[in-house]
Amino acid sequence: MAEPKNNVIRLDELDMGFAEAVAKAGGEKINLCIQCGTCTASCPSGRRTAFRTRQLIRRALLGLREEVLSDKDLWLCTTCYACLERCPRGVDPTDVILALRTMAAKAGHMLDRHKMVSGFVIKYGHAVPINEENRKLRVSLGLSEVPPTTHKSKKALNEVQEITKKTGFAKLVCFEWK
Amino acid sequence: MQYALFLGCVIPNRYPGIELAMRNVAPTLGIELKDMEGASCCPAPGVFKSFHQPTWLALAARNLIIAETLGTNIVTLCNGCYGSLKEANEILKMDSSKRDEVNKILRDLNKEFKGAIDVKHFVEVVYSEIGTEKLRGLVKKPLNLNVAIQYGCHLLKPTKYRKVESTERPKFLDELVEVLGSRSVPYRDKMMCCGAGGGVKASNPDVSLDMAKEKLENMRDAGAECIVSPCAFCHLQFDRGQVDIRNKLGVDFNIPVLHYVQFLGLALGFAPDKLGLYSNAIPVDSVLKKLEAPIVA
Ligand code: SF4
Ligand code: SF4
Repeated sequence: MAEPKNNVIRLDELDMGFAEAVAKAGGEKINLCIQCGTCTASCPSGRRTAFRTRQLIRRALLGLREEVLSDKDLWLCTTCYACLERCPRGVDPTDVILALRTMAAKAGHMLDRHKMVSGFVIKYGHAVPINEENRKLRVSLGLSEVPPTTHKSKKALNEVQEITKKTGFAKLVCFEWK
Repeated sequence: MQYALFLGCVIPNRYPGIELAMRNVAPTLGIELKDMEGASCCPAPGVFKSFHQPTWLALAARNLIIAETLGTNIVTLCNGCYGSLKEANEILKMDSSKRDEVNKILRDLNKEFKGAIDVKHFVEVVYSEIGTEKLRGLVKKPLNLNVAIQYGCHLLKPTKYRKVESTERPKFLDELVEVLGSRSVPYRDKMMCCGAGGGVKASNPDVSLDMAKEKLENMRDAGAECIVSPCAFCHLQFDRGQVDIRNKLGVDFNIPVLHYVQFLGLALGFAPDKLGLYSNAIPVDSVLKKLEAPIVA
C-alpha cells in the first residue's frame, strides 16, 4: 500500500459514513476489526508487495474514501480467502475487499485489463473465449470445434447480453455495442 | 449417476484435453454426463464479484437454471466455476430478497431460479459418491509417482458456503491421489494460493507469476515429479506459468502438471492421448516414462 498522502489526517477530510457504505456493499462486518493483523500475516499477496490487508481495513474504517478507492493495491488480492478463514473477529476481510472493489468500480477506478475481460464475457459469454489454436486442438482431440456453450448458441449469447444490459454492467465497464 | 457438466472457460477454450479426459473417464466411474447447452462463463468470481455483484449473481443463476431444466446436479472441473456456482446457488437458495431481485432480471428471458439442484466439484463426487475403496478396485495401473498436490483456494473456502474437514490441513485430495498408487509429498506452504485468482493474473501478471514461482520452488525442493490439481485455473497458472517464468525470469522448473481427472484417467488405464495429455505447455513425457518403467520392489 502506498505511503499515506499526508502525515496528518484531518477530521474534516474524512467520510464518516464510509464504513457504513462498505458494510452495505457487502463488507457487513468491517466494524468488528480489532487490528490484530492476522489478515496481513496470512496474505500471499502482501508477502511480495506493499499491499497490507489490515491497513486497508483501518483506512476504510477511518473514512479515507478517495485514498482507499483509488489505491491500485486494492486489486492485488487474489481472493484466496486465507484471511477470511483466519480472522479471529469474523470480519470476513475478503468480503470487505470485494465490497471496496465494487465501490471503486462504481467510482470509475476499474482497471483497463479488467474492463477488457468483462467485455469478453459480454461479447462472447466467456471471460476466456475460444481462439483459432484451440478450435484446431479441439478438433484434433475429437471434440466439437467449439464447446456447446454460448459459443455455439446465438440465443444463449443474447440472453447473457440482455442480462448485462439490464443490470447496468455493460455500461459500468464501458462496453461498446457494435 | 447423472451430472450436468459445467465446462466454464479455461477448460473448453484453453485446455480441451481436460474436457476430453472427463468425457472418457466419467463413464468408467458410472457417471453419465449431460451437456449444459448455452452455458456461459460461471462468471469468474474474481472478475464479476469484484465489479458488480448483482450481475455476478444473475449470470450464475442463468447457468444454474440450465441444470435445473435438465433436472440434474452440476459437476465442475474448475475451482473458480465451483466457487461461483456453489456460492451463488447457496445465496439464491437462502436469501429470498436476492432471489427475487435475480428472478426479476430473468423474468423477461422467461427464466426463473427455483433452487432445485446442487453444485459439486468432480473431486467431491469421486470422494463422497464413489469413495476411495471402490476407486482402489478400479485402478488398472498404479501410478508410482511423487506428487505435489495443489488443492486451490476456492475448492475449500470460504467455508460458510461449504462443509470441509479443514482448510489448513485437508486430507481428502491426498487420499484420492494416494489410492492411485502415488505419494503426496509434503511441501512448504502447500495451501497457499497459486496467484491466479481475484483478477490478479490479468491486472498484475508479475505479482501473480511470483506467487506461482514460490510454490513451484517449494514443490521442486520437496522432490515432486508432477503437480496434480483439481482446478483448471491453477492448472493453467502452473503449466503456462512455467513457460512465462522461463521466458521472463530464466528459471526452468519443468514439472509436468496434470488435472486430477487426467491423473485418475492414467490410473484407470486410459492411454495418454485419450486424456489430452499431449497438449500441455510443459510436456508430460517424464511422468509417462516413469510409469512405463518396471517397479522395483
Ligand atoms: S484479521 Fe480480522 S480483526 Fe485482525 S486485523 Fe484483519 S480484519 Fe481486523
Ligand atoms: S483473500 Fe486477499 S487479502 Fe485475504 S489473504 Fe488472500 S490475497 Fe490476502
